[in-house]
Amino acid sequence: MNDAPILEATDLAKAFSAGGRRTRALDGVSFAIRPGAVTGLIGPDGAGKTTLMRLAAGLLVPDTGRIRALGLDSTGDSLAVQAALGYMPQRFGLYEDLTVQENLDLYADLQGLPKTARTERYQELMHMTGLAPFTRRLAGRLSGGMKQKLGLACTLVRPPRLLLLDEPTVGVDPVSRRELWSIVDRLVRDEGMSVLLSTAYLDEAERCQAVILLDRGKILDQGPPATISARMAGRTWAVSGPGRPREVQAGLAGQSGVVDALVQGDHVRLVMQTADDPARLAGLPGLEDARITAVPPRFEDGFIDLLRGRAGTASSPAQDSGLTEGLQRRAQPGDAPVIEVAGLRRRFGDFWAVDGISFEVRRGEIFGLLGANGAGKSTTFRMLCGLLPASAGTLRVAGLDLRHAASAARGRIGYMSQKFSLYGNLSVAQNLDFFASAYGLAGDARATRRQWALTEFELTPYAEQLSADLSLGYKQRLAMACALMHQPEILFLDEPTSGVDPLARREFWQRIYALARAGVTILVTTHFMEEAEYCDRLAIMAAGRILAMDEPAAIKAGARSPELPDPSMEDAFVRLAESAGEAERAA
Amino acid sequence: MSTAPKPAARGGSLMRLRGLVRKEFLQIVRDPSSIAIAFVMPIFLLVLFGYGVSLDADHVPVALVAEDPSPDAADFLASLESSHYFAPLHALTLADAEAALRQGRVGAIVHLRADFAERLRRPDGAPVQVIVNGVDANTARLTQGYVEGAWGTWLNRYAAARGQTLATPVELEQRVWFNSELRSRNYLVPGLVAIIMTLIGTLLTALVMAREWERGTLEALLVTPASMTEILLGKIIAYFVLGTGGMLLTVGLAVGLFEVPLRGGFWLLWACASLFLLAALGMGLAISAVARNQFVAGQVAIIGTFLPAFLLSGFIFDIDSMPVAVQAITHVVVARYFVSIVQTLFLAGNVWSVVLPNALALLIMAAIFLGVTWRKSRKRLE
Amino acid sequence: MTGNGMLTRLLALIHKEFLALLKDPRSRLVLVVPPMIQLLVFGYAATFDLKHIPYALYNEDRGAASRELVAAFDGAPAFRRVATLRAEREITPLVDRRAVLAVVHIGPRFSADLQSGGSAPLQVIVDGRNSNTAMIGLNYVRSVVERFNLEWTASHGLQSPPARLQTRAWFNPNLESRWFFIPGIIGMLTLVTTMLVTALTVAREREQGTFDQLLVTPLRPGEILLGKALPGFIIGIAQGTVILLIATLWFKVPLLGSLPALYAGLALFLLSGVGAGLLISSLAVTQQQGLLGAFLFMVPAVILSGFATPIANMPPVVQAITLIDPLRYFLVILRKVFLEGAGFDVLASQFWPMAVIGAVSLVLASWLFRHRLY
Repeated sequence: MNDAPILEATDLAKAFSAGGRRTRALDGVSFAIRPGAVTGLIGPDGAGKTTLMRLAAGLLVPDTGRIRALGLDSTGDSLAVQAALGYMPQRFGLYEDLTVQENLDLYADLQGLPKTARTERYQELMHMTGLAPFTRRLAGRLSGGMKQKLGLACTLVRPPRLLLLDEPTVGVDPVSRRELWSIVDRLVRDEGMSVLLSTAYLDEAERCQAVILLDRGKILDQGPPATISARMAGRTWAVSGPGRPREVQAGLAGQSGVVDALVQGDHVRLVMQTADDPARLAGLPGLEDARITAVPPRFEDGFIDLLRGRAGTASSPAQDSGLTEGLQRRAQPGDAPVIEVAGLRRRFGDFWAVDGISFEVRRGEIFGLLGANGAGKSTTFRMLCGLLPASAGTLRVAGLDLRHAASAARGRIGYMSQKFSLYGNLSVAQNLDFFASAYGLAGDARATRRQWALTEFELTPYAEQLSADLSLGYKQRLAMACALMHQPEILFLDEPTSGVDPLARREFWQRIYALARAGVTILVTTHFMEEAEYCDRLAIMAAGRILAMDEPAAIKAGARSPELPDPSMEDAFVRLAESAGEAERAA
Repeated sequence: MSTAPKPAARGGSLMRLRGLVRKEFLQIVRDPSSIAIAFVMPIFLLVLFGYGVSLDADHVPVALVAEDPSPDAADFLASLESSHYFAPLHALTLADAEAALRQGRVGAIVHLRADFAERLRRPDGAPVQVIVNGVDANTARLTQGYVEGAWGTWLNRYAAARGQTLATPVELEQRVWFNSELRSRNYLVPGLVAIIMTLIGTLLTALVMAREWERGTLEALLVTPASMTEILLGKIIAYFVLGTGGMLLTVGLAVGLFEVPLRGGFWLLWACASLFLLAALGMGLAISAVARNQFVAGQVAIIGTFLPAFLLSGFIFDIDSMPVAVQAITHVVVARYFVSIVQTLFLAGNVWSVVLPNALALLIMAAIFLGVTWRKSRKRLE
Repeated sequence: MTGNGMLTRLLALIHKEFLALLKDPRSRLVLVVPPMIQLLVFGYAATFDLKHIPYALYNEDRGAASRELVAAFDGAPAFRRVATLRAEREITPLVDRRAVLAVVHIGPRFSADLQSGGSAPLQVIVDGRNSNTAMIGLNYVRSVVERFNLEWTASHGLQSPPARLQTRAWFNPNLESRWFFIPGIIGMLTLVTTMLVTALTVAREREQGTFDQLLVTPLRPGEILLGKALPGFIIGIAQGTVILLIATLWFKVPLLGSLPALYAGLALFLLSGVGAGLLISSLAVTQQQGLLGAFLFMVPAVILSGFATPIANMPPVVQAITLIDPLRYFLVILRKVFLEGAGFDVLASQFWPMAVIGAVSLVLASWLFRHRLY
């Protein structure tokens, strides 16, 4: 077997200028990728992952250095390289107004697949992706997971030797992610393909044979993922009680020596800077009576440790003081539910997107909605925000019926969408001012709130910058600040951390905890199974119905079986989704 | 399927091109607004221009004021009343007629004073007062011409009735070549072919490249073996076929339905239309490739296509009468060259001295626009 | 929610729309420079008055009368002699290649016939490819010949006609067609700008996802609509003012009528234009559809407005269609106020149809806003 590297970069550098500043997207990057393996390209937002992919595909010219793919120079020989490799860009590169079959035909023509070979290849691809029943459907009407598989099938019509996948799993549900991974594994195993895959999901890194860790244009580390997590041996712990895990986490975050503290269902996962013994940990505030057990390290622990080491910061402290200004309405035991949903249904044509769901959310609760793409959670969400009228059922938000007092009800909710919908051509301060005024704030009140948002979200240095030029993490902060300008009682978060790196995600959840503590009710959808564990309660949806609704620990417990004594949230989710699918097929 | 092996590169290129063209067609067919622009709009405009819009005034409402009840005055007015150019309206006093003119109920007043019959016999003749509404100067002139025509007819009749001949030293003998009845439809409809093809060619393509940039689909195309030339060619061929369809439709309707004579060669018209279409497509693609942003490309297309083609192409307004600076500007309006070609090919025939220089200009414009597009869409992302 | 809150929200929305429109120097230019350049270019281009009509002379006569007639043509500012022919066969190629619009052919017996007291024919060949230009050119030829005839009759003691026409043109004594077209161009450019500002905005917000963000604020659909409508309205008024100034100060088109009536007309026209633009905008799912929709409205609106071709010349069915074209009414107002000195009293019949069109399209657009939220 030929072991010459299939993709090799030497001292690669690339800079872009945007908004008058020059940013180094890649800065002296060198690596070599073995053939016949899956290599993960891991890094926070803005690390330079996409730039690297584009350089490898010959779509960009490096400032200095060289990159060779399949033994050819990607820059000088770009046509030959492009003819030999497969590349799926972030949005899958599909024509949404063409059908599944038409997209496949287009790429078969472009890749020069002979007509005679097509029938067989299409069958293979359709079998592999499970898209066979949908060949006549427009690509724009597929769910996110199906689009992703179609995008993959299009790049695979003529099997390439090197496959580049740029964040193929962003915004895709766990079931679809698993299916994608099994396809990728099969390609590598059976067809000897080499795959370079970039991802923001750190649990996926552990499925790669090798990883390249990238941060702000530089390589932090590379090698098999196990070696990176092995460094963390003896530094990872599970801490439970006394008190709710969220309170324990709040006490731990920001303490010296603590790298990371994360809520995981009924316990807190603690990562320390050095190997320690449990007795010493008990000295940390709030842990006097806690149960502390050692747990095996994960790849994510190593990654966070590297990132924090580079940034020179410890874990972000709990944020309470200023953030929740004017929001002190702590939950009382006798409070009426803030969100009441009963028998909610919504029809599109002859298809029930939401088919009779009921639930209640209490004040100060963090309630999560989980489901595969197309399960009906976005539709539910849109009805709750008043973006879509319900076909049947009742829906009360903050004690108001959305049908009759929509405007008044909307004044009491905050909404943050997965696209971080901001006005890109307005500055940060102008966006804040606009959303404050849209909620009726004027004069001094508005100025005070703007100042509060700039300080609290550390946006002051960027106040005059166009929001389109912000990095994704800062866009997310700004979007959240905009949603909080009017001190809403209820916050709706639609995949609020999609595509955002793990550090920003942790900071984000610190803020969410603080808001919940202050009595803000939070309803969130997410594809990160980790984040599902941060919620107080969860509802898992499929085909417009709620499959299960309980606390995260109880939902996990429901999936316990002899083969899986300690199921993860993802296991529980996939199991529920699959059994629902089987029931549907049986019916 | 033939099993004979083909040269790989060439067969591959053809296959890629076919795939790209088919993709463009499917996208056109799926978007109702494209269909509306490509097929509904041309028919609508043609029918409108063919039947509705015309510069030839007919039945101009004219107020007739005769303060003189004599048979001579009645005879004069009868010559106006019998003409189909006028829709006469009798007014009792000049003040009534003037009020009607102010309110827009009539476009002109013909006024005979009380002493009309008497002054007819005097050597210097009787004055006939004609007042036209000059706001629409063109219609005013036409009306004036019609009144003069009726007056001339009456003069001859008046002289003949008295056994005299009227002294007209120089008699104008007019010959209108190419369009002897001066039907404005005969020149508006061919010009419309140019306007319609501008809309199809430029407007439909103005957003297509920008859309592929914004949606990220171009990135996926770029890493396939397809070259940028093939990607652009795919778009040009698809919209070229669509534009040719629009051309055939409009030419067919012009000749078949509106009876505009096509005196020149059809194939020459086809060839020139193809050149024009290339230039128009090139302009749309160039806007799209330079802007890379649908909103800006859309604004440029709104400003840069329809009004210049409508006003600066010689379609309605005579270019020779414009100031030199404005004439210079018309040279960058692609439609200008084609309007000149279609008017000549339809009405005059194959006049090479008109066709060749204009066709050359179209060729140059097409080369410039396509060159800009090609330069701005190299196979890189920066 | 208090009325005060509503005002704050609305002002914020308008402020935001302005920022979004004007913040980028490029979009600022798109709104300001093209209308001015267009008015200047189109103002000079749009005229039916022919200047320097290129003509060729083929004079087979050597007599004094023919020299006199040629002098009459050469002296007329409307004509410019570009060729003097020696043979009949030279005519065809010259006309064919559009080197001349007309050929004046004086026969060999012209002077002799005239001197003998009879009539002499004067042959004029005109290129009819542009029938309108041909007709206007012929009119110019005819007036030169008529003036020549009058002088000849007077100087040679022939009998003059018993009745003569005394023609006057009201409102535009020199029949300058520019006075007719420039007010029309003002209307057209205003229409283009309102389309530019309104037709793509909602589709763009939909594509960028900010539309949802707007809808979850307490802003009501009607308020969002108003917030989108007012900037187009204000920009239209401002731009209208600038081009009105250019029309009066640069092109010297007389503005005789009531300025308040003109602005009332402009406001109502903008109302209907903005309404149509927002209707297109709320129907369009993509920016492509918004753009094409703007054209599907704009092109017929211009052609049916009576801008170049009078509505009175259209058949009754087409005239009925023009009744829903707001530009039609605005052009009447512009021309009547500019040239005829009209005020509110004369124009009432033009005001209310635009108000109705505006109200209907805005109501429809706001209904679509509410019912096409997904």
